[in-house]
Amino acid sequence: MTQVAEKLQPWVAAIDQRPQGGPRWLQDLRDRAAARFTALGFPTVRDEEWRFTNVAPIVAAEFRVSEDETARVTEAELSAYLYSDADHRVVVVNGRFAPELSRLEGLPAGVRVGSLAAAVTDQPEVVQRYFGQLADFGTRAFTALNTALAADGAYVSIADGIILEQPLHLVFVSTNADAPVLTNARALIVAGDRTQARIVETFAGPRGAVYFTNAVSEIVAGENAVIDHYKVQEESFDAFHVASMHVHLARSATFSSHSFSLGGRLVRNDANALLDGDGAECTLNGLYLADGDRLVDNHTLIDHAKPHCPSHEIYKGILGGKARAIFNGKIIVRQDAQKTDAKQTNRALLLSDSASINTKPQLEIFADDVKCTHGAAIGQLDDDAIFYLRARGLTYFEARDMLIHAFAGDILERVRIESLKAALEGELYAQLAKDLAEIDAA
Amino acid sequence: MLDIKNLQVKAEGKQILKGIDLHVNAGEVHAIMGPNGSGKSTLARALSGHPEYEVTGGTVLYEGKDLLDMDPDERAREGVFMAFQYPVEIAGVNNAYFLKAALNAKRKHNGQPELDAMEFMQLIKEKSKLLEIDQSMLSRAVNEGFSGGEKKRNEIFQMALLEPKLAILDETDSGLDIDALKLVANGVNAMRAPDRAIIVVTHYQRLLDYIVPDYVHVLSNGRMVKSGGKELALELEKRGYSWIEAGVQPVGAQ
Repeated sequence: MTQVAEKLQPWVAAIDQRPQGGPRWLQDLRDRAAARFTALGFPTVRDEEWRFTNVAPIVAAEFRVSEDETARVTEAELSAYLYSDADHRVVVVNGRFAPELSRLEGLPAGVRVGSLAAAVTDQPEVVQRYFGQLADFGTRAFTALNTALAADGAYVSIADGIILEQPLHLVFVSTNADAPVLTNARALIVAGDRTQARIVETFAGPRGAVYFTNAVSEIVAGENAVIDHYKVQEESFDAFHVASMHVHLARSATFSSHSFSLGGRLVRNDANALLDGDGAECTLNGLYLADGDRLVDNHTLIDHAKPHCPSHEIYKGILGGKARAIFNGKIIVRQDAQKTDAKQTNRALLLSDSASINTKPQLEIFADDVKCTHGAAIGQLDDDAIFYLRARGLTYFEARDMLIHAFAGDILERVRIESLKAALEGELYAQLAKDLAEIDAA
Repeated sequence: MLDIKNLQVKAEGKQILKGIDLHVNAGEVHAIMGPNGSGKSTLARALSGHPEYEVTGGTVLYEGKDLLDMDPDERAREGVFMAFQYPVEIAGVNNAYFLKAALNAKRKHNGQPELDAMEFMQLIKEKSKLLEIDQSMLSRAVNEGFSGGEKKRNEIFQMALLEPKLAILDETDSGLDIDALKLVANGVNAMRAPDRAIIVVTHYQRLLDYIVPDYVHVLSNGRMVKSGGKELALELEKRGYSWIEAGVQPVGAQ
């Protein structure tokens, strides 16, 4: 314990230097989160939720919030992370809103997009009502850490009845610095009743940079709202990424999450959705890719609290090298949640013998009139399918590519922003081509 | 076109084919018959280059070239086609997309320009009529959720599209009802041509009522035990395989 406490000490010291500005309620929230983090400490593999993911490398490294106010990202650097230059975007650099890189002109009235810190002052009633309310830090050390250090981030609020035609892009960028940077990424998205929007959150940093993104996103979907959310995690391959998304769905809201996890050395994604109104519908889909000795951990939680809610979940992974993955899909069906229809599928394609995955569906059902199905399939490429394609004239490599693309295409084709889909396909297939070339060379 | 000499093949460590000789000329249709376990399907699969079938002896010349030296995909591009006994379901790969990739792989190999989407759809339309392939079969994943009959029709459809020089049908008739059988047979008959050879591997004589072969060969226990004209199939239908297995002298390496 002493050793753990010793390692925690620099983090506690950093938290003591936490931001102090803003209204009373925000300071209180930070203080409570700081106390909670100090009490919890970082999770270890003895913690059931972190059994297969050892965060010791994060704890040991001296990641600090960048004090460098002059840290800048050029338009050229940024363009590598954008899928299209036409959209509205909020750019956050090392956790701080970067107005010069953001594009907010031409948004419809009733839509507020920009700096979270500014919204604390300008829209205090909305921010106070939702900020920190979905992302409970009682048992989550990383969420407590993020909340204690909350200074800025991205903010989106959409007034009732507004349909946003153009997608919104929130871009969280980390920079290369002398000292390893802790990017405290935070997003608050409040979509009112009967709203419709497509929102992309990108997390990225320069190639080879070592930094730690600790992200928390809170998303509120009002009654009858239809929200498509895309998470694009394309951090540096040497970066650490721990993120949680917390979604609240009101009556008849429809929320679809598409999580693409392509970068990072150690990645943990938590996606939590609370179906808190009759007839709400939730989709959590994900596609992850890892090679080398990288690790990707996806934990999802769909909490059915009200009746007549369908939920759909498909997570797929492609693993090469000695990559490791964890998938833990939890579905809770509460006593009131009759007529729940929950489907979960988890599939992984292992391109090498040394890659591995731990997968676990977790169903907790307290209602009696429900449908819940889950299935997991893990394996290598199907030899029979390869031979069938070869017997029709495709080379081994063409056959393999066709099968891998089909595996990933299932998730990609659900992306309803064409330019984003094209960018993701490009990135994914380029990375796969590199991995496969390495496998073939070995 | 095809010259098989003393072909010996092992599968799962067991010697299945113990010396097969077969000579097939362009324009001919050969039927290979035999009881279960005689090695018919092994012959078909070995000719297609299936990795689980190990050739332990003999030679196969295809258009004067060593067929056994070619990868399965090379054989296909060179004009050898096998209709699978059990067509494989390939999730996520659209049937039309797959067919286009297969066709263009072959065209490229033959130095022909690849077909664009328009030209391809035109060709599909033309070829799909005969086998009653409807649009939904093209837009679904390859063989996924197809009925047994649809799968076999899809195989012959691929054959019609790829226009092989040598087609090997591995028990294409098994599991088909009479309507599907006629459809498949019509598709195959439409492919009969002076520059094309077809080998029909079948357990049942019934298919040969519709695809009338020039030659019939009987396999038993890994050897060709009898060869003859189409009337041999009728005799087998009447008398079963037991009279061949029981008494007749093996033809051996004739």
